[in-house]
Amino acid sequence: MRWACILFPQLALDGVLRHREQSEVPLALISGTPQRRVVHALNPAARALGLKSGMSLTAAQALSTAFETAEYDLGAIERWQAFLAAWAYGFSSQVSLHYPRALVLEVESSLGLFGPWPRFEARLRDELAALGFRHRITLAPNPVAARILANAHDGLAISSQSELHERLGRMPVERLGLPRDVATAFSRMGLRSFRQVLGLPRDTLARRFPAELLRHLDTLLGRRGIALQCYLPPDEFDARIELNFDVESNQALLFPVRRLIADLAAFLAGRDCGVQRFSLLLEHRSLPDTQMPVGLLGIEREADVLFELTRGRLEQLEVPAPVLAVRLVARDLPEFLPERRELFDERPQQNLSWERLRERLRSRLGDEAVSDIKARADHRPESAWQAGEFRGSTEALPSAQCRPGWLLRAPEPFTEGDMRILAGPERIESGWWDHNDQCRHYFWVETQSGRRAWVYRPLKEGGPLLLQGWLS
Amino acid sequence: MGSVIALDTLFDQRRVWKGNAVRQTRGAHSTGLEALDAILPTGGWPESALSEVLLHAEGSGELHLLWPTLARLTKQAERIVLVAPPHVPFPHAWLSAGVDLRWMTLIEASSKDALWAAEQCLRSGSCGAVLCWPANADDRALRRLQVAAETGQTLGFAFRPLREAVNPSPAALRLCLETRPSRVSVLKCRGGIAPDTAIPLMASH
Repeated sequence: MRWACILFPQLALDGVLRHREQSEVPLALISGTPQRRVVHALNPAARALGLKSGMSLTAAQALSTAFETAEYDLGAIERWQAFLAAWAYGFSSQVSLHYPRALVLEVESSLGLFGPWPRFEARLRDELAALGFRHRITLAPNPVAARILANAHDGLAISSQSELHERLGRMPVERLGLPRDVATAFSRMGLRSFRQVLGLPRDTLARRFPAELLRHLDTLLGRRGIALQCYLPPDEFDARIELNFDVESNQALLFPVRRLIADLAAFLAGRDCGVQRFSLLLEHRSLPDTQMPVGLLGIEREADVLFELTRGRLEQLEVPAPVLAVRLVARDLPEFLPERRELFDERPQQNLSWERLRERLRSRLGDEAVSDIKARADHRPESAWQAGEFRGSTEALPSAQCRPGWLLRAPEPFTEGDMRILAGPERIESGWWDHNDQCRHYFWVETQSGRRAWVYRPLKEGGPLLLQGWLS
Repeated sequence: MGSVIALDTLFDQRRVWKGNAVRQTRGAHSTGLEALDAILPTGGWPESALSEVLLHAEGSGELHLLWPTLARLTKQAERIVLVAPPHVPFPHAWLSAGVDLRWMTLIEASSKDALWAAEQCLRSGSCGAVLCWPANADDRALRRLQVAAETGQTLGFAFRPLREAVNPSPAALRLCLETRPSRVSVLKCRGGIAPDTAIPLMASH
């Protein structure tokens, strides 16, 4: 087994920065009690202002006021770590959150799918860069070694046990993940590197140091196994972005929505499922949240497609008040079946499948705008058709008589005086059972202009001729 | 007098252009009316292009003209889309004309959105034919539809009022429907001079 460790050196900062459009603005994460606020993490632009982490907020503001602040939120860090684990679950079934701000995943069994390690690693880096997280990746024969090597290396891949010994031997004692007092004791004893520690007799180490030390060294070298708890992805997706100002235009919402949908797509790819309906909640200060449900006909999981469909609906949404936060909830995650396409398509230029086209039309024109039409076995013209979604179901129809190709949505008074009767009357009397009783005499007439009209005279109500349709 | 050259050889070499261009090939999209196919230079509907049908009012025989084509397309499992039709297509009549309704889709849209939807459908290349009723479309809108039909290699049909006959149009084929007697004439066809014969459409009673 080979384990990869992905370490996120500034998870909290990246989590805040990826929600902002300009990442070059100086930003400081603040923690501590309200009485003593301390700068916890900084981006390079803030560091260039002379700020240092550990500085109190008042001291930092004395240096400069041209930086933005955000809360250093431990809960957010956990959420981001869980999100990244869901992403990594797409690459390996054994992902562990054992170490804070890092992921450990078993990759040897995935190499068959994702190619040799250099290509696999490049893909991981590309996707993490697209998601907006800085990272260090190392590969080692056991998870503990991978995590410890990530303390000092990036891009290191170790395949054999002897190479692992060699590399670990050169690691300084402070970077071995040992308890602080043990590490200090070693350095005071004059032991600087791991190789020197390994040179000591085991029984003296056991006598002088707590038992965890030997256990840690053994797992590090792979002499002893470690039981890691594997990550299980949740069954639903729920993410929220708090905006740092009140947003009043739909255009300004597009950036956070795009981020949320990219996260949703990464989550779906990790679980190998798709989404058919999800809702976007826009939170306001005093009003209840605006809900925008997005329902698709098919199951999708590509970020671009989902974003385009959401955008079409978002642009038509009327928001009653400024938006403070955006939340995306997807509870129903059905299995994703990729669309089957012919290898030799008859129409090579076909750049948009019918399903995609239908979604695009629906997102702009409304869910009901695109429909199929179906004939129903009924003699009354108004009840003889039905629009909606059908999947190829048909009814047995009454014997074919001459019927018009165009049916008016509602009958209109037939005003043309000069006409010639071609056929009729045909009596249609039906519907006593559903309170829509009809008794009509239908005629085919030719108008003065030469068009053929289907008109009727209601027998019970009486009155003028009514136009119902045109022949063709 | 120079040497005598037979006219036939000149015609066969296509070195003499005849005003009434002879039909070269049988078109891929027959109109279903043999007489109409015979006078069109493309031998049928122009492929991947917009065809315009000018009519006095709905019900002037435009469905009669198109049903054979639509029936053929739906039998080949090609999708046909009606963008904002003026009335409800009555399924019984369409079925008896041979149109497979499983492959027919209606789109309800306002007149502005209808042009957008028609363009999207034409451009996507996933439809066999797109029928639209642009009410007061200008030259630019029609040109967009024509370009979209070319891009998506789709048959596009635009039904417009008869009064537009005097205005130029970018459509590859313009047909004019008359009702008394019921016949169809060609106003413009790309690739040849419009023939001045009218083809009878529906048998009169």
